[in-house]
Amino acid sequence: MIAESGLIFLWLAAMMALLQSLFGISVLNNRLENLFSGAVKITAIIQAALALAAFAMLLWLFMRVDLSVMLVAENDHWAKPMLYRLAASWGNHEGSMLLWVTILSFCGALLALFSGKSDQKLLSLALGSQAFLALGFFAFLLFVSNPFTRLNPPASEGLGLNPLLQDPGLAFHPPTLYLGYVGLSVAFSFAVAALLTGKADRDFAKSMRVWVLGAWVFLTIGITAGSYWAYYELGWGGFWFWDPVENAALMPWLAATALFHSVSVLAKRDALRVWTLVLAVTAFSMSMIGTFLVRSGILVSVHAFAVDPWRGSFILGLLGLYIGGALALFALKIGKIHQGNHFVLPSREAGLVLNNLFLGVILAIVLIGTLYPLLAELISGEKLSVGAPYFNLIITPLALLLCVLMPLGALLRWKQDNWMTLKWPIQISAYFFIIIEYALYLKGKWATAPMASLAFGVAVAVAVLCIWPLFLQKKKLWRIRLNVWGMVLAHLGIAVTLCGIASTELFSKELLTALKPGQQANMGSWRVHFDRVMPDMGSDWTAIVSDIRVERWGHSFTLHPALRHFTNPVTDTSETALKTTEAGQLYLVLGQQADDGRWQIRGWWKPLVTFIWGGGFLTAFGGILILLDRLWEHLQKRRRKSRPDERQRLFL
Amino acid sequence: MTWLKTGLALLAFAVFSFQLISYGVAEQPYDPYAEQPLKNPAQENQAQDLMHTLRCLVCQGQSIADSNAAMAADMRAIVRHDIEKGWSPEQVRRWFIDRYGDWVSYKPTWSKRSWPLWILPLVILSGGIFLITRLFKREEKP
Amino acid sequence: MKPWLKWLPLVAFALCFVLFRLALSHPENPVVPSKQIGKPLPEFHLPAALPDMAGVETRQMKDGKPHFLNIFASWCVPCAQESGALMAMHDAGIPIMAIAIRDKPADITRFLNRYGNPYQAIGVDQGSQVQLAIGSSGVPESFLIDGQGVIRYQHIGAVTESDLPQLMTIWRQITA
Repeated sequence: MIAESGLIFLWLAAMMALLQSLFGISVLNNRLENLFSGAVKITAIIQAALALAAFAMLLWLFMRVDLSVMLVAENDHWAKPMLYRLAASWGNHEGSMLLWVTILSFCGALLALFSGKSDQKLLSLALGSQAFLALGFFAFLLFVSNPFTRLNPPASEGLGLNPLLQDPGLAFHPPTLYLGYVGLSVAFSFAVAALLTGKADRDFAKSMRVWVLGAWVFLTIGITAGSYWAYYELGWGGFWFWDPVENAALMPWLAATALFHSVSVLAKRDALRVWTLVLAVTAFSMSMIGTFLVRSGILVSVHAFAVDPWRGSFILGLLGLYIGGALALFALKIGKIHQGNHFVLPSREAGLVLNNLFLGVILAIVLIGTLYPLLAELISGEKLSVGAPYFNLIITPLALLLCVLMPLGALLRWKQDNWMTLKWPIQISAYFFIIIEYALYLKGKWATAPMASLAFGVAVAVAVLCIWPLFLQKKKLWRIRLNVWGMVLAHLGIAVTLCGIASTELFSKELLTALKPGQQANMGSWRVHFDRVMPDMGSDWTAIVSDIRVERWGHSFTLHPALRHFTNPVTDTSETALKTTEAGQLYLVLGQQADDGRWQIRGWWKPLVTFIWGGGFLTAFGGILILLDRLWEHLQKRRRKSRPDERQRLFL
Repeated sequence: MTWLKTGLALLAFAVFSFQLISYGVAEQPYDPYAEQPLKNPAQENQAQDLMHTLRCLVCQGQSIADSNAAMAADMRAIVRHDIEKGWSPEQVRRWFIDRYGDWVSYKPTWSKRSWPLWILPLVILSGGIFLITRLFKREEKP
Repeated sequence: MKPWLKWLPLVAFALCFVLFRLALSHPENPVVPSKQIGKPLPEFHLPAALPDMAGVETRQMKDGKPHFLNIFASWCVPCAQESGALMAMHDAGIPIMAIAIRDKPADITRFLNRYGNPYQAIGVDQGSQVQLAIGSSGVPESFLIDGQGVIRYQHIGAVTESDLPQLMTIWRQITA
C-alpha cells in the first residue's frame, strides 16, 4: 500500500499545484487580489507537504527493499548499506525527477512562509508561476515516469545501485545539485511575476537576492563535490572533463553567479533591471535545459543515464512551454520596464557589469560548444567532437581576464569612485605577479606550459587583491561585517581554485609502469615500492588490494589502491588510493595484471591539487556568510519592529 | 568468525583473479606502448597531450588516455609508435581523422563545418561589449 | 532598448528548441563509419592465426579478384551470430578473408569448431593495427575489397541473412 499512497499523494500534489496556479494568476484581477493572496500561500504549503509525503513513501519503499515496485527492483538491493539504499532512490531517472519536483514545491512553500514583507501581489504571482512549473513536472511523473509502478510478479532479487555511485559523498551529490538547480526556479518565478506586474524595482531585487544566493551556494557545493568525485572515482586523475553532463551543471552556475551580481546592483543602485530579468529567466532555463540534455540522452556522455526518447519529448514540451512562455512574456512586457540607472566609470557597479559580460560570454561559449556537435551532425550528417581542447583554448583567456577583474570591482565604491583607489592594490599585486612569473621563467615553465604559468601568477596576484578589501575597512578584523568577509572569501576561493589548477598543470609528476610485487619505481622525488597484493571482501564485493609504499625525504606512507568486483550489478571498479600531504596529493591506481605477473600501476604526485576543491568550498562558504549576514539583519529589523512601545518611550 | 571471513575472502580472491586472467585474454594490450611511456620524456609529453584529445572509439565519452577499453589501449600504442618515429602530433591526429572523421578528435579543426565554433565566441564577445558600452554612454550626456 | 533586441532571447531559445526537436527525432547513431572507403588497403602482413591456415596480407587481395574481408574475434558475442550468413556466402563461392582481433589459436579453433569455418585465411591482429588503419571501430565488421585492393564497402555489425541480398548486389557490382 505504500506505493499506492505515494501515487495518491502525487496526484493530490498535482491538483494543489493546479489550484495554486489558478489562484496565483487570478491576483492579476485587482478585485480578487485580497481574496486569493492568502489562499495561494496555503495551497503552496499543502502542495509541498504532499510532494514531500510522496517522496517519503519512495524512500520508505527503498529502505524496505520492496521488490514488488519496479523502480526498487531495478535499483535497490538488500545487501547494500542503508545509506546506499536511500541514495538508490534518487540515483535513477524516476526517483531523481520526483526529488526534483519535490524540491520545486518545497521552495514554493518556503517562499510562501518566509517572504512576509515583500509586495503581496508580486509574491502571489511568483507562487502561481512556481506552481505552474511544478504542475508540468508532476504531469511528467504521473504520465511518463511514474516511480511507483508495481511489478507483477515481484522480482526475486533487486539489481542494486551502480557501484560507481556507491560513495558517501556522491550519495548526497544529486540532492545538493538539485537544491541549486531548482532553487533557481524561485528567481525565475519572481522574474515572471515582475514582468506581469511591470514592476522590477529594488524591492523586487531584495526579495529575490537571498534565493539566488542560496541556490548558488548549493550549486557551488554540488559542482565542487562532483568534480572531486570524478577525480578519485573515475581513476584518471582529471577533475573536469568538459563532458556534456558537466557542462549542463556548469551553465546554471555561471548564470546564477552573473545573476547574483546583477541582482545586487539592482538592489543597491536600481540599475540593470532588464538584464537582471533576462538572467533570472536564463538561469533556471539553463537548469531545465541541463535536465533535458541529461535525461533525454541526446548527447553522448561518460556519465551514463537511462535514455527514453518519449520522455525526452515530454521534457522538451515543458521546456518550450516554460522558457518559451517566459521569454515571450519578456519580449511583450519589457517595454514597460525602464532600464534603470546608468553607470559611471570607475564604480563598483561598473565592475560588476564587466564581470557579467564575461560570465555571460563564457556561458554562451559553453552552450555553443556543448550543442555544436548536434547541429553539425544534423546539417552535414557527419559527426564532429567538441571537447576539452576547444573549451580550454577559448575559455581559459576569458576566465583569466574575469579573475583579474573580479577583485577590482570589490575594491571600488558604489556609484562613483576614483581610479586612485586601485593604485596601491594593483601595484602590490603586480609585484607578486612579476616575481612569480620570473621564478617560473627561470624554472623553464614558460617554455613548456605558458598558459598555466600565466595562470599561476594571476592566481597569486588576484588572491592578494581579493583580501585587500579587508584592509580598506579600517576596522579590526573581527568587527568587519559578515557580508564583507563573505565576499572576500568567495572571491579568494576562486583564486585558490585557479592556483590549484595551475599548480597541477605545472608541477604534476606522473608514473606509468608495470611492476611485480617487491619491485620499485620513481615518481618525481618519490620512491614507489610495490609490496604485495592481498584479497579482501565486503558485503557485496570482493577485491584485490595492493600495498604500495611511497617515500621521500624520510616520510613514508602505505597506500592501498584496489580492484573491486561488485556482484549486484556485476561491475569491476578501480578504487584509487589518495594520500593528502601539506604540499599536495599522491594518487595511485592499480591496473590489471599482465601475463608475466606484473601489475599495471599508474600514479600521480599532484602538488596543491586539493586547492581546486578547497577553493570551491571556500567560495561556497563565502556565500553562506553573506546569507548569515542577511539573516542577522532580518532578525535585527524584526526585533526593532516587535518592540514599538519601547522605541516610542525612548524617542518621544 | 574472522577465519570465515578470511576464508571467504581467499576464495573470492581465487575466483576473482581467475576472472581477471580470463578477461586478460581479450583485455590485455598486446603492445607494451599501450601502457608504457616513451623513453624520451619530451616525446612522451607530446603523446600524452595528444591522447587526451583523441576520442575512444568504443566508449564514446572518453579520451583514449582516460579509457580502459582494449581498443583505446591499441590506439595509445599507435600514437606512441608514431610519435617515436618522429611524426608531429598534428600528423598523428590527421592520420586518425583520415580513418574516422572529425569525430575522433576532441579538438575541432578549422573546416567548412566547424568554422562557426571559432567565430561565434568573437561575435558574442563583441556583441556583449557593444551592449555594455551603451549602458555607460548615456550617463555622459544626460 | 531597440525593439528588435527584446525578441533576441526568444529567438535564441527557439533555435535551441528546433535543434533539440530535430535531435530527438534523429537519435544519435553510435556507428562511426570508416573514411577509408574508396582508398587502397594499407600494406600489411598478418601472421596466420592457426597453424593449418594461411595468414592475411595485402598482396593476396590484389590478385584481380574481389575479396570479402571479415573482422571478428572469438571473444566477441555478436560474431557468433554471423556464422550462418558467412557460411552462405562461402557456399556461394565468395572468398572470405578474416582478421581476428586480439585472439589466441586455441580460442579461434574452439570458435570455428562450434560455429563453422567459412574462412579462406585468418590473420591475427594482436594490436588492432590493421583494424585501426582501415578505419574499423569494432568487431564484427566486414569490408568488400575489389580486385585492385581498394576498399569499396563497409558493413558495421554482424552480417545477418537479411543483409545478404544487399551485400550480394554490391559484390556483383565490384566483380563486374
